[in-house]
Amino acid sequence: MWQWDPIRTWLSGQIGEYWSLPLLTAVQILMVMVCLILVMAFYTLAERKVIGWIQARRGPNRVNLLGIPGAAQPFADVIKLLFKEILIPADANGFLFRLAPFLSMVPALAIWAVIPFAPERAFAKIDAGLLYILALTSMGVYGIILAGWAANSKYAFLGAMRSAAQIVAYEIAMGFAMVGVLMAAGSLNMGDIVRAQSGGPLSWNWFWLFPLLAVYFISGIAETNRAPFDVAEGESEIVAGFHVDYSGMAFALFFIAEYVNMILISALTVIFFFGGWLSPFQGYLPESSLLAAPGFFWFGLKTLAPMFTFLWVRATFPRYRYDQIMRLGWKALIPVTIVWLLVEGVMVYCHVGPWKGQV
Amino acid sequence: MFATILFFVFAAVLVGAALGVVLARNPVHSALLLVLCFVASAVIWLLLEAEFLGIVLVLVYVGAVMVLFLFVVMMLDINVEQLRKGIAGYWPIAVAVAGFVVFAMLNVLVARRLGGLALKTAPALPAGYSNTRALGEVLFTRYAYPAQVAAVILLVASVAAIVLTLRRRPGLKPQDVAQQVAVRAADRVRLVKMPAERRP
Repeated sequence: MWQWDPIRTWLSGQIGEYWSLPLLTAVQILMVMVCLILVMAFYTLAERKVIGWIQARRGPNRVNLLGIPGAAQPFADVIKLLFKEILIPADANGFLFRLAPFLSMVPALAIWAVIPFAPERAFAKIDAGLLYILALTSMGVYGIILAGWAANSKYAFLGAMRSAAQIVAYEIAMGFAMVGVLMAAGSLNMGDIVRAQSGGPLSWNWFWLFPLLAVYFISGIAETNRAPFDVAEGESEIVAGFHVDYSGMAFALFFIAEYVNMILISALTVIFFFGGWLSPFQGYLPESSLLAAPGFFWFGLKTLAPMFTFLWVRATFPRYRYDQIMRLGWKALIPVTIVWLLVEGVMVYCHVGPWKGQV
Repeated sequence: MFATILFFVFAAVLVGAALGVVLARNPVHSALLLVLCFVASAVIWLLLEAEFLGIVLVLVYVGAVMVLFLFVVMMLDINVEQLRKGIAGYWPIAVAVAGFVVFAMLNVLVARRLGGLALKTAPALPAGYSNTRALGEVLFTRYAYPAQVAAVILLVASVAAIVLTLRRRPGLKPQDVAQQVAVRAADRVRLVKMPAERRP
């Protein structure tokens, strides 16, 4: 296991606490970023492979890595995109056109600051962690709107409008689902939310808050503009939606932001509803055994399940019609969350379920 | 020291962006500079350890209100030159309003709150202070009823806004989703069994 503390004490002995703390934090941030981008790269490969298998195809199988067909496809894609020219349409608003990819990329990465990867392992253990996540996910929409507007193209603008309306609508359902989680945990701190679920799989939130889990995940799919909610880039109607005029790495930044957001929604689903870094054997195996110990292993393993579900959903469902998306968001998901918040309030009041011990 | 530098950087950004909101020619640029204003003031709140307020400012204004604002501004086809024609005549009113706001803020913030015109930094907060917790305690105990009354007023206002803008156009043929969901294959497809023709 990687030991961080000796390095910290050694470095602060060399150059003092004032300089070593920012330096080490920067190194840690860089490590997380690189890991995220790598996971994202192979997630795109996994997506194409999984959807291929679901549709009885092979998926990418030409670029081999260590003898595995298709395993180096992400690197091939990156090299291709890096060498492409970034075109800027003549009538586009140049500054905003260049700014938009960054505006969608930065919030996607900045949210990871409050994600607890393992017990006591988060960059910022702030008390308003949940709010921070809500605030930053809502900032991601600017990249999309600006990309659509600055390109000065009707297709891009239509995509941006659709996406903005959709994200604003589903954010409400998502926020309500998070309210249920914070009622269960009694805290907005991400670490406390995980700790409040300790005690085995049945005391994780998914059991008592199952409707909220469903709402959260569905609105997560809608927030990331993934199929079946991908009308913002519906190829059959508006070519590629908001990023129709982007090429090369500018397009790749939107692409990376989308996939990092998918990984993020998966990680948040695990933290809110499946006990984050807690072990599923907790309470069944003795506390001293290795399998019952909480840690990053469990968090990473559990995050893969919602990540797979994203791909599964994409390969299974046809795209929603736009009015149906709005209908689902406003008339189905929001009422479900409101009803379940009332039910949860009654449960908290009567000390049912995980709220048994609370006063 | 570092916090002071941050404060001045973001205060400068805030003032610059606020000027930009008024002076920018393109309304979309104005709206975006307003977003920058909100973000900069949220950072200043964070520097005062008011993390809850700072994040809620970003969440509500940047994340929801300004998105809708931009939405509208982008769709309007505004003739900026036409709007700017008579604007120079309004400067006395603008100066009066600005002067009053500056006076009020100086009065409240400098004279009353910090005691005297000499600028002082905000008092240091105790180590375990959590802005979220402190606000929650005040909001749910002392101001529980005012908060709920404010919430009801906002709800009434939003319902009223929807009712006022609701228009029923006759002759529309929207899909009835319940009817669409209730459709079964037997209603739409008729399977006809026919014997195979025999070759004569």
